[in-house]
Amino acid sequence: MASGKTITVAIMDAPYESANSTTALRIVQSALQKGHNVTVFAYEGAVNLTMKAQAPHPNPVKGTNVEQEAHPTTKDWVSSLFKLAKDKGAKLDWVNCGLCVDERGAGDWVEGPRRGGPKDFLDASNASNATLVIPTK
Amino acid sequence: MAKILNIVETAYRGTLEEQDDTVLWLTHMLKNAGADISVLLRANAVNYAVKGQDASGLQFGDAKMTHPPEIDKDVEKMIEKGVSIYIVEEDAQERGLTDDDLLRGLRRIRRQGIPQLIDEHEQVWHW
Repeated sequence: MASGKTITVAIMDAPYESANSTTALRIVQSALQKGHNVTVFAYEGAVNLTMKAQAPHPNPVKGTNVEQEAHPTTKDWVSSLFKLAKDKGAKLDWVNCGLCVDERGAGDWVEGPRRGGPKDFLDASNASNATLVIPTK
Repeated sequence: MAKILNIVETAYRGTLEEQDDTVLWLTHMLKNAGADISVLLRANAVNYAVKGQDASGLQFGDAKMTHPPEIDKDVEKMIEKGVSIYIVEEDAQERGLTDDDLLRGLRRIRRQGIPQLIDEHEQVWHW
């Protein structure tokens, strides 16, 4: 059941580079599970989290093929978060920074996110009960 | 409109590729969008307030960088626009920076003053 509360989370890290991405997605998930609305502002490398062309790979060290490895992709995780939001009656508004998308050629993404900019982050922050930024270090 | 304090700690994060510091750029954009926003430079980011930075000359093969970042000028422009730029004095001193090295118009703050500065803002974002 929706709580009527909203948090905004700004993230910067590219996928598969640091624990920040997973941590951010865990926070988003926890908020959605409690019925909170979440706005994500994906800045810089974080716009790659939702790229549609991501693909799982085998693991030659372990000798596993693609199916056995079942390698996760962040685009699938984000898609699952959109489904979770729907199931919980909450809203997930995922904003990919447009200029960051352009410089990375990352404009083809999974269903759900939208293109936006810093003004969207400011508006979301002003309308939220709390805002968290998770920067690249 | 909430008062926002952007604390910048990580410095020179992709500044050559971006031709900017990404957080100072974001701050500038948010100011242009009407935000009531201030900046606190701490740790290595105090170097953003040093005058006369020159990142020109980068070239890979025939590809020359013709518009390098000018972080000090970006800071100056924000001060001109009314963004308060705070700098932690001890962090500057520890890096050998004197008043002569630094831009004019900065607001100097001691470490012990940071909690009060945070108290004066509704939103604090630490980058």
